[in-house]
Parts: sequence; C-alpha cells; structure tokens
Amino acid sequence: MDFTHLLVQQLINGVSLGSIYALIALGYTMIYGIIKLINFAHGDIYMVGAYIGFFAITQAGMSIVPALLVSMVVTGLLGMVVEKLAYKPLRHAPRISILITAIGVSFFLEYTSMYFVTPTPRTFPAVIDNISFNLGSFVINGQQLMILGITVLLMAILTFIVQKTKTGKAMRAASFDTETAQLMGIDSDRIISLTFCIGSALAAAAGVLVGIYYNTIDPLMGIMPGLKAFVAAVLGGIGILPGAVAGGIILGIIEALVSGFLSSTFRDAAAFAILILVLLVKPSGLFGKNTREKV
Amino acid sequence: MNFKKKAWKLASLAIGTMLMGSMLAGCGDQAASSDEIVIGSNFELTGNQANYGNACNEGLKLAIKEANDAGGINGKKIKLVEADTKSEAAESVNSATKLISDDKVKVIVGPAVTANVIAESQVATDNKVPVIAPAATNPDVTVENGTVKPFIFRSCFIDPQQGTVMATFAAKDLNAKTAVMYIDSSSDYSKSLGKVFKETFEAAGGKVVMEEAFLAKDQDFKAALTKLKTANADVMFVPAYYEEVGKIVKQARELGITATILGTDGWDDPKVIDIAGADALNNTYFSTHYFEQDEEAKPFIEAYKKEYNKNPNVFAALGYDAGKMLIDALKRAGADDPEALRKAIEGIKDLQVGTAKVTVDKNHNPIKGAVILETRNGERMMKTKIAPEQ
Amino acid sequence: MNFLRRNDLIMLIFGIALFALLQGLISAGAISSFWQLNLLLIGINVIMSVSLNLINGYTGQFSLGHAGFMAVGAYVGVVLTTNFHLPLIVALLAGAAGAGALGFLIGLPTLRLRGDYLAIATLGLGEIIRIVIMNIQYVGGAAGFKGIPHLTTFAWVFFVMLFTLFFIKNFVNSSHGRACIAIRENEIAAEAMGVNTTKYKVMAFTIGAAFAGVAGGLFAHSFYLISPASFTFMASFNYLIMVVLGGLGSITGSIAGAFVVTFISAALANWPEFRMIIYALALILLMFYRPQGLFGYMEITNAKIFDKILKRGRE
Repeated sequence: MDFTHLLVQQLINGVSLGSIYALIALGYTMIYGIIKLINFAHGDIYMVGAYIGFFAITQAGMSIVPALLVSMVVTGLLGMVVEKLAYKPLRHAPRISILITAIGVSFFLEYTSMYFVTPTPRTFPAVIDNISFNLGSFVINGQQLMILGITVLLMAILTFIVQKTKTGKAMRAASFDTETAQLMGIDSDRIISLTFCIGSALAAAAGVLVGIYYNTIDPLMGIMPGLKAFVAAVLGGIGILPGAVAGGIILGIIEALVSGFLSSTFRDAAAFAILILVLLVKPSGLFGKNTREKV
Repeated sequence: MNFKKKAWKLASLAIGTMLMGSMLAGCGDQAASSDEIVIGSNFELTGNQANYGNACNEGLKLAIKEANDAGGINGKKIKLVEADTKSEAAESVNSATKLISDDKVKVIVGPAVTANVIAESQVATDNKVPVIAPAATNPDVTVENGTVKPFIFRSCFIDPQQGTVMATFAAKDLNAKTAVMYIDSSSDYSKSLGKVFKETFEAAGGKVVMEEAFLAKDQDFKAALTKLKTANADVMFVPAYYEEVGKIVKQARELGITATILGTDGWDDPKVIDIAGADALNNTYFSTHYFEQDEEAKPFIEAYKKEYNKNPNVFAALGYDAGKMLIDALKRAGADDPEALRKAIEGIKDLQVGTAKVTVDKNHNPIKGAVILETRNGERMMKTKIAPEQ
Repeated sequence: MNFLRRNDLIMLIFGIALFALLQGLISAGAISSFWQLNLLLIGINVIMSVSLNLINGYTGQFSLGHAGFMAVGAYVGVVLTTNFHLPLIVALLAGAAGAGALGFLIGLPTLRLRGDYLAIATLGLGEIIRIVIMNIQYVGGAAGFKGIPHLTTFAWVFFVMLFTLFFIKNFVNSSHGRACIAIRENEIAAEAMGVNTTKYKVMAFTIGAAFAGVAGGLFAHSFYLISPASFTFMASFNYLIMVVLGGLGSITGSIAGAFVVTFISAALANWPEFRMIIYALALILLMFYRPQGLFGYMEITNAKIFDKILKRGRE
C-alpha cells in the first residue's frame, strides 16, 4: 500500500472512530449548553444505557430496535432522576460544587453497577450482521456506516428540535438566561429536566450501538469515551450541536492519523495538544462565537 | 433551613460514627482467635484491572473453601481477609500494609498484576510475610538484581519461558519468516514477552519487521492494525489480556489481516471467542498453563462451575493454584513461624494443584509445563504440550 | 504585622506539639503501620490540596491538571535519589523547581483561557505530562519506576507540610495574594484597578505547581514504586474534591478536606466492594448540605479561637 492509500484508509478509520465520539458528545453538549455543567457522569449514563440494552436483549429476548428504545427510555428517566436528586438542589450553589456532585454521581453509577453486574466484561450479542465492504482495497465496516448515519440523523433531528420547535426555543432561552426565561413564563425546571432526559437517551443509544460494535461492555467503559466526548464538545464549541459532531470526527481523525503514522501511545497526548492549540487560537472552540466578557 | 441544618448534623454524625466504628472494627479484628489462620487476599477489586483481580480472588476463595470444608489446616479454619489495591501500585502498598499491620495476616495472596506485586513485595519482605502472586509472570517479581526475594513466590510460569515457547513455535512449527508484534505498552507483562519473543524469533532466523503499541482499555485498534497490515508478515504476535485480545483479533480480521495470530496466557478466557467471533479466531494459537479437557484440570473446573456457575478463566485457575500451594505449605509448617512457612513454600514438590503438578524451583517459580492451544471454529484444541523445563 | 508574627509563632508551637504527640504515638507503637502510612498520605494530600487551593480557590483559575505536576516532582525526585544517590532534600527541591518551571511554561499561554475551557486545557496538559512520562523508557515507561528507596518519614512530611501551610498562608495575606483574590472576585475589575492579571495568575499557578512537585517527591519515596497510573486525571479530580469539600479559598478547609477524604478511604478499606459507593454517596450528600464546602471561606486561626475563649470568659 502506498502512502495515499494508507492515508485514505486511516481517514476512514478516523471518521468511524470519531462518529462514536460525536454520538456521545451530542448529549454532552446539550446538557452543557443548558446548565453549563461539565457532566462527568455522562460517560457512566452511557454505560448504564449499554447494560440496559444488553439485558433487554439477553434476558428479555428483545430484538435490536425495541431494546434500543427501552434502553433510551429507561436511561432518559434515569437522567431525569439524577438531575432531580443530585443537580437540581444545587441550582444556585457555586458551579464547582455541582461539578463535584457530578463526579460523585459518576463514581456512584460506576461502582453500584460494578457491584451488581461484576467487573467482568460482558459480550454483547451480535444482533446486527456485520458486513464489511471492500471498495478496491479499502475496508469499510457496515456497523460503522450505521453509527455514522445515526449520528448525523440524530444531529439533524436535534438541531431541528432546538431551532424550530417551541420546546427548542424554550431550551435556548433557558440556556441563555435561566432566570429571565422563568420570568417570561418558561418552566425552566421542566426544560432542564427534559434536556437531561434527551441527553441521557442519546447517551444510551450510543452505549447500545458501541456495545454492538465493539462487542464488550464493562462498568468502567464510560470513563474514557466520556472524557473524549467532552474534548470533542469543547473542540467544536460547547453547546453547539453540529460543533459536537465536527469535534468528535476531528478528534477521531487526529487519533487515527497519530496512531497510524506516529505512535499509538502518543495518540491521546496529540489529541489534547491539538485541543489546547485550537483553544488558544479560538478560545470558544471551532464553531463558537467569541464573546467579550462584559463588566 | 432549620431542618437542613439538623439533617446535615445527623448525616455528619452518621458518617462519623460509621468511620469510627470501622476503625474500632479494624482493631477488633486483630485479636484473631487461636483456632483460625488469618490469610490476606490483596487483589485489584476496583479500578481498571478489577476483572483480573476478582477472577484470581474467586479462584483463591474456592481453594480455601474446599480446605475449610475438608476440616481446615490441622484442625484450624482459614479466615480470609480481603483488601483492594484499587488497581494502583502505590495503593497496593497501602492495602498490603493494612493486611499486615491491622489484620495480622500470616501470608498474602496477590495482587494479580506485576507492577502491583513488585510494589507490595518490599513491605512483605520487611515484615516477613510470605506472598504468593498468582498471575505475575515477569521475572523481576521474585528476583531482584540477581538475588531471590526470600518471601515472594508465584504460581504461574514466567515470561521468558512463554515467549520462547511461542517464538520457537512460530519459527519451527509454522515456518514463519517474518513477524509483527502488537504490544500493550502499559503492561510489563506484554512488554517483556515481546522482548523475549523478538530475541528468540530472530535467533531462530526469523525477523520481526514491525512493532506497534496500544494501551490497556483501548477500544479501537484499527489505525495501528492498518499500519501492521502493510508489513504483510507471516505471523502477528499479540501478548495481551483477553479484553483487548478479543477486539484486536476481531478488528484485524475485519481489516483483512489473514496472518496467523499468536498469543499468550492472557488470551485464556472463554470470552475471547464471544468477543472476536469464531471465524475471526481461526488460524490463531496461544500458549497457556493447561487445557480445559485435561484429566488433571477436570476436578478444578467442575468445582469452579459448581461454585460460580460459569467457566473459569486463567486468572481464576492461577488464583486457585496459589491457594492450593499455600494450603499445602500451611499444612506442613503451620502459620506461626514465617521463616518455616517460607521454607515450606520453597519445598513444594510434585504438588497436584488445580491445573498441573508443580514443584517450586530455586527462583521461587513453579516448574510447570505449558500447552499451545489452537482455536478452530470456536473450539479449542490442543496443539502441542511442552514438558516442564527441569 | 507584629501581631501576625506572634500569631505565626503560636501556630508553629501548636504544630510542633501536634508533631511531638503523633511522633510519640508512632514511636510507642500505638499507631499501626497502616495508619502511619495513611498519616503520611494525609500530609502529602494536605500539601496537594492547599497548593491547588491557591490556584482554584484563591485565584479562581479552574485547574484540573494538578496530578501532572505531582508526577513531574515525583519522577525528577526518584531519578535523583535512586540513580544519582542524592539526598531527599535535593530531590524535593529539584522536583519543586522542575514542576514549578513547567507550571510557568504551561501557565503563561493557557491561563488566558477562562472557566471550563481552562479546566479542559489543564486536564489535557496533565494527561500530556503523564503520557510523555509513560513514553520515557529511562524512568520505566508505563510499567513504572522500581526500586525507590523509602526515604519519606513522618517528620519529613509533617515539616514540609507545615512549611507549605505557612508559605501559602503568608502569600495569600501578602499584597500578591490580595491581587490573586481580586482576580478571583472579578478579573476585569482587577485589571481596571491596575492589577497585572497575567502576572499574578501565572505566579499562583507556578507556586501551586512547585508545591505539587514537592508533594510528588514525598509521595514517590513512600511507596517503593511509582507508575504513571497514579497520576491520571482521576487523581487530579481527587485533589479537587479535597479542595472543594473543605471550602474553596480556605486553608483550614483544604486541610480538613485532605484529612476527610484520605481518612474515609482508609477507614473503608475493610469493605472494598462498598468503599467507592459509600464514598460517592458521602460526596453527594456533603455537597448537598454544604455546597460551599465544610469551611466555605472561613479560616480557623488561633486569633479567632482566642476571641471565642475571651468572649466565653466575659459572658
């Protein structure tokens, strides 16, 4: 294989890896956008979603689509419960306290899951046939195409909801200024709760799809993807849906290129280095608007 | 507000009482009754390596349960105190210190991962508490700068043996001329196996044409595998643990890598077949400690299945072996004199453990045979049996 | 000023008395070696949390990469003591210099970022430091640096901790410290008042990093082996938890936070399967009832204690 050929194959690898980051980053960025919380528990919600999907398929014998829906609904409710119990009482507390609570929730989800499902990884049943397409000598995986497709589709649906519907308008208003939105007759609490529900359901979808794609799930599977999704969201500009997807895919491509042409062990370092460089040039991310802080 | 304050006080009171209670409980444990032998298990129960540590711990618990059911050690029951290394070297020193100083254990089994055992070994040596590490295959675990650490033992074979076996197998049996290696650079285990494999394979006339690295807990290996594919080698050597192995083999086959893939005992878990899929695992071989259909291993496998309702993996088997070795030594020397207990472990000879007959050699390693297993259509078959080196 | 010095002196005497008590208990064998080790850890964590508090609590710059600086101090230190057989004090000073210099170099460009963007950038930098160390074979790579002499004693930890506390307390109370607090309260207003914000942000960051380096040196010489796995972003979270739990902007709080977190973790060692669950619940509950941390901005100084005693006497 010559260099261009290798480059193209690595780009394919990168986009497919990036689409997973993008899928998780979508929920992350939505939640961040509305209450400005770095939700460190998002990766663990994704893990819980994967386990619910897993049990729906193996114990209840569901096929993929109902299992995915069950997982999204249950995890969405879990997201609402977490918000209600852990974050809502701290709405007026310093932001850093909510961050610590998020870390606490993250530990809680990881280790209660570990207690109940044991730390042994589970193998996800192969519910979708995996077809590899060979285009010339390039290899593209069917499941990867599906994940990329679903990511783009969800991004489009969410962008539509946020931009065009009344609820979306309320979301944007609450995100801009929660108090004022409340004064304008928007039930901010309900909107925030709803956002958590949607964000968590998205995480669950990602969990199930990634479970199918990589075949294994374990209680600590959410830590790294959670962090990467956060990086992706920041790279694209926090709170911006297309930014999250672009950020995720860029991150995936960087990782694939660094692994492919330099060394895998420097992969994460390179990803962070590029993130920092981007932030230094554009402090609010690639798609973010630079706003001057007013007095 | 008043309610909040009260609740706050109550909560802090509750937490405080609980913690104080725990400290006192810790003190209470010290007075172990004289008809018990207290031994410690120091494993990775939480954190990244928890699945390996827990498997070892399950094997150990089974061995101890069997011994207690059979009447204990010379009439004394064994009491197992568990501690958690949190999958971190510094923390395993901390948890080993707790077992030694607060729980007054006579001997420690664990941890599973090499770096954690090495960190722990100094504390154990200073306090004269023998350690049996079930799965730490790196030579440095029992030997430091050429001298044997008097109190540190293991129940598995060592990396040079396994690396040599696989390299010789690749060069002689498979007639491979070129190889690539895909190493877990976060583990000593993988790195030292890679080194031995390369030396032996090149001494036998082969050539390692490319090396790539990944890190434990990685999910996506396609970028590096794409690169490894370009080398077009006869074999690919992947000395790693089963979680990553399953994904690596699966993704390698998806990318069209058809070369023979070779592995080591970290592969030995029934999950690999589920993760990678039966087709992907065709044309792969790995070395391990025993074959599940061996007559020798049957009693252990049956007992394990009965206890835990699942098939054991290699970590569980080695944890069980460590337990068996320990019980044998305790029977002969008792637990009161660490020096005698240490000598008794050194003197283990032709002991039937879960997977084989073992004899402890002068470097505190068990002399054990190895097997090379082939996976074909989702079934494991014995390829070669390598007699123990004497 | 005179009063302040007297205050310091009383604190110092109190510190030495506490040291004598604990050291006496250790020598008498009343504290098991497990709790001795955890006393060391508490001391090291106090240094970490107080130095992080200077950055996060007093200057208001959200840093999530403190474990990276600790790693630098740890690795610089162990190379000097293990490979060059230098005494511990040299290792600690070199570790502080190394971590401080790196903190300066990193702080200069990144401290222009604000809030969560700074948080993710520092988190990333901490990870970059760790990954770079992981790729240096000279220090053992990912598998860790082995054979470190056990040089850290309780006396070392205690007096280094005392020095750190005095240094940071006096820094905070100096005009530099006031500038840092001004930046925390309102960066634009501080700038308008003529505070060189970049200078003070970088200064606080560098000092914090240097003390993290010292803590790293002490940490490394307590455990025979260090590996990059001890300095992940999870470790940085842990130090942040100590700071926030105690109260951002309170040195007393940081001490309490470090103590509580280390103590909970050690006391729960008997129930490994529930340890993290209880820890997580404790964290959530504490934040629920004390979102500003145990101490908030409050300090317990002997002056206040005396006031209280005097007041009580009068009543």
